[in-house]
Amino acid sequence: MPEVLDRDDLGRALRRIAHEIAERNHGTADLVLLGIPRRGVPLAQRIATVLEEIEGPKPPVGALDISMYRDDIASRPTPTMHGSSVPVDVTDRTVVLVDDVLFTGRTIRAALDAINGFGRPAAVQLAVLVDRGHRQFPIRADFVGKNLPTSGIEEVVVAVEEVDGVDSVRVEVAESPSGLEP
Amino acid sequence: MSLLTIEGMDAAEISRLLDLADGFVEVLDRPVPKVPALQGRTIGMLFYEASTRTRMSFERAAKALSADTMSFTPSGSSVSKGESLKDTALTVGSMGPDLFVVRHGSTGAPWRVAEWTGLPVINAGDGAHQHPTQALLDCLTLRQHFGSIDGLRVAIVGDIRHSRVARSTAQAFAAMGASVTFVAPATLLPFDVGGWPVETTSDFDGLIAELDVVYMLRIQQERGGGDVFPSIGEYVNRFGLTRRRADRLPAHTMVLHPGPMNRGVEIDPAVADGPRSLVTKQVANGVAVRMAVLFDQLSGTGSR
Repeated sequence: MPEVLDRDDLGRALRRIAHEIAERNHGTADLVLLGIPRRGVPLAQRIATVLEEIEGPKPPVGALDISMYRDDIASRPTPTMHGSSVPVDVTDRTVVLVDDVLFTGRTIRAALDAINGFGRPAAVQLAVLVDRGHRQFPIRADFVGKNLPTSGIEEVVVAVEEVDGVDSVRVEVAESPSGLEP
Repeated sequence: MSLLTIEGMDAAEISRLLDLADGFVEVLDRPVPKVPALQGRTIGMLFYEASTRTRMSFERAAKALSADTMSFTPSGSSVSKGESLKDTALTVGSMGPDLFVVRHGSTGAPWRVAEWTGLPVINAGDGAHQHPTQALLDCLTLRQHFGSIDGLRVAIVGDIRHSRVARSTAQAFAAMGASVTFVAPATLLPFDVGGWPVETTSDFDGLIAELDVVYMLRIQQERGGGDVFPSIGEYVNRFGLTRRRADRLPAHTMVLHPGPMNRGVEIDPAVADGPRSLVTKQVANGVAVRMAVLFDQLSGTGSR
């Protein structure tokens, strides 16, 4: 199945996202990056590392577990909790949420609720490696690595080295149509 | 779907629930320790026996998951007018709970409530039989402290005969690979432990230097536990965790107690409040374990 981004492409996309985050926020003061487990967390770490290279101090990075905030808890198998670790008080900071794929927007809706459990940020921005369309909520990303228009029978498979041992983004034909997947 | 007994649960199933509980330990540590996971769900609480920590722990767990609770206690209810357990269960069941939490003095009562109402039931203690969420929180506490339960040497000391905690906790510890010894005067040991995964002895002092965990139980006066030995003084002398006895424990050995404690009887106050004590940790873990059990029962495909 076609690989859309290879290891180098993925690195370039994250690098560009980091530059855009710095530009939009006039630097990295008061930023905190929260990755959505599992693959959003290493992506957030990598973006923070680039921000450190280009802007100086590395912004704090954490993980935001959204499993208890999903709107489909009753209709899916019992989810696995990955655990949140939010290293600083988010109140009055700008939170950049980081996820691998933006699809229906339900995960991000849940994440916006989950953030409230940790404080009241000054602003929340969203960075995603891939935006594949098919939104079911009025949600959009601020920073996008790659726009990938897909059909409902396709599946975007993101692999990152820290979790999967390899960096790549592929489009595959789903075994079952995934129209309601997050 | 119900959680009625530890009996028959294997290490994988217990570990799965403990992993889930670990997640809720983290949730309870957040600035806002509450998640909307069970919003719109209602939990019926039928507590026919006195309880402080179990009832409040279930309440706290339900509320931290955003579920609603309906609580019943016999005093002030129609039980005083002669209403049976069955009628009470069916009555409360008609008010639309998604699940019952049941504590009752009679063995098997939670099974009956499940049959009558067709709803999932969590056993919060039935007679001298089972108390599965206590067993799970004890496992979580040991796993947190020691990293693993496998291979730990545990003594459960006191009124074993009348203790649902001894029964369910011993089964859970054994399933997780601990070696468990019941320590009690012969009159407070069960009539037959043939099928249980435990050793028994009446020689606490002979065992004390080999233990990783001492699990103390109170004498259950309300079930007749106080009538079978000559005096409290003699009992304390042989089976109490006195300061002197605690000093002979290995340095790493930890002390558990399910509460309520009778200080000065089975456990010396200085030991209960001392550095070996995991008692308050047990209570804190109780909330996370009950969140895990409630969430496990009420989430997932087919739960609604």
